[in-house]
Amino acid sequence: MLRFIVRRLLVLVPVLLGLSIALFAWVRALPGSPAQALLGERATQAQIEMINRQMGLDQPLYEQYLRFLGKVVRLDFGTSVQTSQPVIDEMIRRFPATFELGVTALLIAVVVGVPLGYFAARRNGTWLDSATITGSLIGITIPVFFLAYMLKYVFAVKLGWFPNTGRQEARMLDVEHPTGFYVLDGLVTGNMAAFWDAILHLVLPAIALATIPLAIIARITRAAVLDVLNEDYVRTAESKGLTSGVVTRRHVLRNALLPVTTVIGLQFGLLMSGAILTETVFAFPGVGKFVADAIPTRDYPSLQGFILVIATLFVLINLVVDVAYGLIDPRVRVR
Amino acid sequence: MSLGAAEAAITVAEDHGGGVWREAFKRLSRNPAAIIGAVLIALFLFVAIFADWLAPYTALAPDLKQIKGPGHIPGPTAEHWLGLDDQGRDLLSRIILGARQSLLVGVVSLLFGMIGGIILGLLAGGLGGWFDTGVMRLVDMMLAVPGLLFAIGIAAMLGEGLLAVMIAIGVVNVPVFARLLRGQMLAQREADYAMAAKSLGVKRRRVILGHVFPNSLTPVIVQGTLTLATAIIEAAGLAFLGLSGADPSIPEWGRMLAESQRHLAIAPQLVIAPGLAIVLAALGFTLLGESLREALDPKYRR
Repeated sequence: MLRFIVRRLLVLVPVLLGLSIALFAWVRALPGSPAQALLGERATQAQIEMINRQMGLDQPLYEQYLRFLGKVVRLDFGTSVQTSQPVIDEMIRRFPATFELGVTALLIAVVVGVPLGYFAARRNGTWLDSATITGSLIGITIPVFFLAYMLKYVFAVKLGWFPNTGRQEARMLDVEHPTGFYVLDGLVTGNMAAFWDAILHLVLPAIALATIPLAIIARITRAAVLDVLNEDYVRTAESKGLTSGVVTRRHVLRNALLPVTTVIGLQFGLLMSGAILTETVFAFPGVGKFVADAIPTRDYPSLQGFILVIATLFVLINLVVDVAYGLIDPRVRVR
Repeated sequence: MSLGAAEAAITVAEDHGGGVWREAFKRLSRNPAAIIGAVLIALFLFVAIFADWLAPYTALAPDLKQIKGPGHIPGPTAEHWLGLDDQGRDLLSRIILGARQSLLVGVVSLLFGMIGGIILGLLAGGLGGWFDTGVMRLVDMMLAVPGLLFAIGIAAMLGEGLLAVMIAIGVVNVPVFARLLRGQMLAQREADYAMAAKSLGVKRRRVILGHVFPNSLTPVIVQGTLTLATAIIEAAGLAFLGLSGADPSIPEWGRMLAESQRHLAIAPQLVIAPGLAIVLAALGFTLLGESLREALDPKYRR
């Protein structure tokens, strides 16, 4: 087992190093030089050279890269063009919003998607099955931002059931936020009105963000359960006279849900892409909105830092999922 | 029997190529999802190709006499079936002309992604060894960056322009095709016909290029159909974020949606129409692609 984990960890090193090289090169390939961006159009040659010297841009490339790597390891991603604050501070400040949104969305996707896929497989060929397949196909083809607007129009603008934008009502500006996770903050400070308000603000963006993962999880669960239902050991268990509840719990779900966990781990990237669009539609002040705003402002340090952090998290999450899978299913370790 | 004749016999024997597709086509013609998908695609292609001829008005000229004052957005009328946009332009015409833009971006970016992926996958699956390992690490790396974020980064690097957007979406899809083709080639290399060709003394390069590679392309083609749908959605997403690249005078569904969002409360049709257009175009390719995958997958054969 340890060898399996070490082997998986070793694969990470070239991937992460390669990524850092790619992002280092990316900044250099961007149109316009950093000195030009700082000084504007009318900079003199001497000024440009001075800035280049100050920023170390006159050094050989590999030295520049090593310095960049040294900074990245210390989580120093430079200064945001949008706010003139360190990129990492901006990300940490906005992280709780995106985390709350992403976790809620993933929760919706799993809680709805897994049972849906399970019952579709159990009632294979019925209307429920066809509806699940068709629904999931439509779910993956609706652009996240379009769905977000439709939800906003129907449930916020027309029906007024949910708030339109943001994380908290403006009248609650004086509410305390000890953790930055607004739902948790409401609970911790005992402010039930703020707690409820934070949840109401999460509902629509979380549903929009959950749609594609939900569709994928339902499909994968359905396929996995169908596969397992055809296995000999399920037939054996049934013919032994075990109750259907026991067969379902011990034999069907335990085997079918394994591949599903891997797929849930893979949803992280989709959630991050989706968060950029969803947070923009709902003016939800998270990391995704910050990245969307980085495009028109050409805030490349923020984009670079965000890509590095997200890719690293993605790789680590999948490592954890892989290792967990290896722990549960010994067959995986041999591969 | 000479080597050439023997190899030809193998090629004939492995020619489930045509057979598989003929079988698949028969199954597709009985599958309602596939038929709906094909109809949607046909409609999309028809509208995109004959856009100039179908659009009742030009995309740019506003019909100013319909606007009854600032901020007034006329809804559907007999003259303008979907109404006008916030600048007094005919919405239906803009949707129709936008189809061509979507098709163009979708097809070209798919080609970029598919060709890049096939080259990488073929080299990795064919050469093997350290090259294969290197390509697979590159693929891991590319897949670690969420697709939209990856596309944003590349589009920012390449600067303004439609080509930048198409390349960005294409590059994002390269690892998907590369991994798929490589995996399929590794599996096909163990197939009986490849063994037969190898034992006849056919050169390795010829076995791989002449037998293994063509027999590995089926899932790549299926994936291509599905990727066309995601490419259309991704292009709309980039346009929504301000990276449309296209000439602002050319209607683009994603940008139309982004530009009309501030009128959502008073004129929701300005958001709904381009949104539905994206969904229907993407749904057509998804339905056909998924049905194709099912039809070609031996697991689903009864």
